[in-house]
Amino acid sequence: MWKRFSSNIGAMVGVVLLFAVIVIALIAPILYPGGPWQMVQRPFLVPFTMDAYPFGTDTLGRNVAAQLAYGAQVSLLVGLVSTLVALLIGVPLGAVAGFYGGLADEGAMRFTEFFQTIPNFALAIVLVAIFQPNLTSIILAIAIVSWPPVARLVRAEVMSVRKREFVDAATLAGLSKPRILITQVLPNTVSPIIVMASLMVATAILLESSLSFLGLGDPNAMSWGYMIGAARTVIRSAWWLSFFPGVAIIITVLALNLIGEGLNDALNPHLSRKGRA
Amino acid sequence: MDIFIAVLSRIAKAALTLLAIAVLNFFLLHAAPGDPAVVLAGEAGAADEQMIAQLRERFGLDQPFYVQLGKYVWGIVQFDLGYSFRQGMPVSQLIAERLPATLILTLTAFIISLGMGIWLGVAASARVGKASDSLLTTLALLFYATPLYWAALMAVLVFSVWLGWLPAFGFETVGANYTGIARVMDIAKHLVLPALTLGLFFMAVYMRMTRASMLEVSQLDFVKTAKAKGLGGAAIRRRHILRNAILPVVTLAGLQAGQLVGGAVLTETVFAWPGIGRLMFESLAARDYNTILGVFIVSAAMVILFNVITDIVYRIVDPRIGARA
Repeated sequence: MWKRFSSNIGAMVGVVLLFAVIVIALIAPILYPGGPWQMVQRPFLVPFTMDAYPFGTDTLGRNVAAQLAYGAQVSLLVGLVSTLVALLIGVPLGAVAGFYGGLADEGAMRFTEFFQTIPNFALAIVLVAIFQPNLTSIILAIAIVSWPPVARLVRAEVMSVRKREFVDAATLAGLSKPRILITQVLPNTVSPIIVMASLMVATAILLESSLSFLGLGDPNAMSWGYMIGAARTVIRSAWWLSFFPGVAIIITVLALNLIGEGLNDALNPHLSRKGRA
Repeated sequence: MDIFIAVLSRIAKAALTLLAIAVLNFFLLHAAPGDPAVVLAGEAGAADEQMIAQLRERFGLDQPFYVQLGKYVWGIVQFDLGYSFRQGMPVSQLIAERLPATLILTLTAFIISLGMGIWLGVAASARVGKASDSLLTTLALLFYATPLYWAALMAVLVFSVWLGWLPAFGFETVGANYTGIARVMDIAKHLVLPALTLGLFFMAVYMRMTRASMLEVSQLDFVKTAKAKGLGGAAIRRRHILRNAILPVVTLAGLQAGQLVGGAVLTETVFAWPGIGRLMFESLAARDYNTILGVFIVSAAMVILFNVITDIVYRIVDPRIGARA
């Protein structure tokens, strides 16, 4: 499996890019002990004019490079945690629906469909606006709008796995139903969940940045979307303040998408490579 | 007749969903910070107890929870979305004024993204493994990772600020007072950048999907038959593969119309486009919860309506779907 994954050029590019972003996020406090809010130079310092501030300074003379590094922390944290929360909602719901069928399935699927109908970005905006912008509300809002596809995927996988022979064998062996679901069926659905999760982290990062862009970011956390939103009004005179955070977002999201596709190819080898985009 | 019943049940289901969203809206409104009566009294400049009690009575805030819920939902059924105290007019009127601009923007973006996406997807699938396919696929991956508000800002920078080709913001030239064709052209000019940047992300999605779907269908038996009959590559692609491959793409596009409405909040914010997305952004800054939730329920209703239309068109176009349901 690793062999198939590592021979995929796109996936390896993704791993390298993501690794770089993670390292930058981790060493941000060492590189910039003053934090992202500290004013270090005159405002509107043009990029590549001073070695100490390669990406220039913002409207208040804060170091853009430091802001980018600390922004990586927020993006990765929100992307990862909100995906985990979405999995915590979607996996059990989909598993129970697919395994027990009947009324449980009907109820769970109506509930899922309802959430899928609501325009998800609009719902995220409403949730964060009402529960006040902070990291917790942002993470929860993103999780609430992203779990439905997980539930549907897990349900479909569980439905196909539960008909296999080893499940009958487990029943004959006297295992209880919940135990069969958790120890026998769910482990067999892990690989598609991993693929979906890696793509969800990417979407969550985009969502977080969009919320911060609209001014719904955590006021105490530096985020790429906030940087772009704050620089919007000065774009004519200071293009770099909007440009670099956008590039940072693209690199991170692209890396995660490449990894997700690589994992998909490696974990689902029966699908022909050229058969998918 | 079957189709008639199917359509009716689909509409009933949509109405139920909308009702559920109205109930959700009510709970969200109540979770919003600040007692509405206190906020109102504060804004009127008289936050004494008596005034607050009066306001409570006037707006029914002293009544039991379920009565308030019933009244709220009944109000929504009658297009009463509450009052925006910041803007000094009913929310439904505010939204009605802004809705046409959003409809123009999202429909244009939808048509561009779906049309271009399918066209490019077909082009890429016809050149699998060649350099032009790799180029298209890579571009799609890039667009797919680009935040659309950032694409919008960069487009303003390049095409408005640096090149000066297109206007950077607004719906039409203020004070020009164009009429007839001149006005349409003026609006179209203002529409180019917002519609293109809103459609970019979705174009990437539809292109990837079309390409994958084309490749999948091209391996089916009836394609071999067509080849054996001696049909040329282009004819097979257009008449046999595309017709079958396009169904999942259109299904996805119908489902994603909701995201287009969400994306409009970002695009309209960047371009100062006077639609409901911009209205939502303005209301966020003012913490005008009535308007925020009003826009939310209207955009949800738009999505549901769109899904119903897609569904009905489908049943008519593809009889196989009707047979399944």
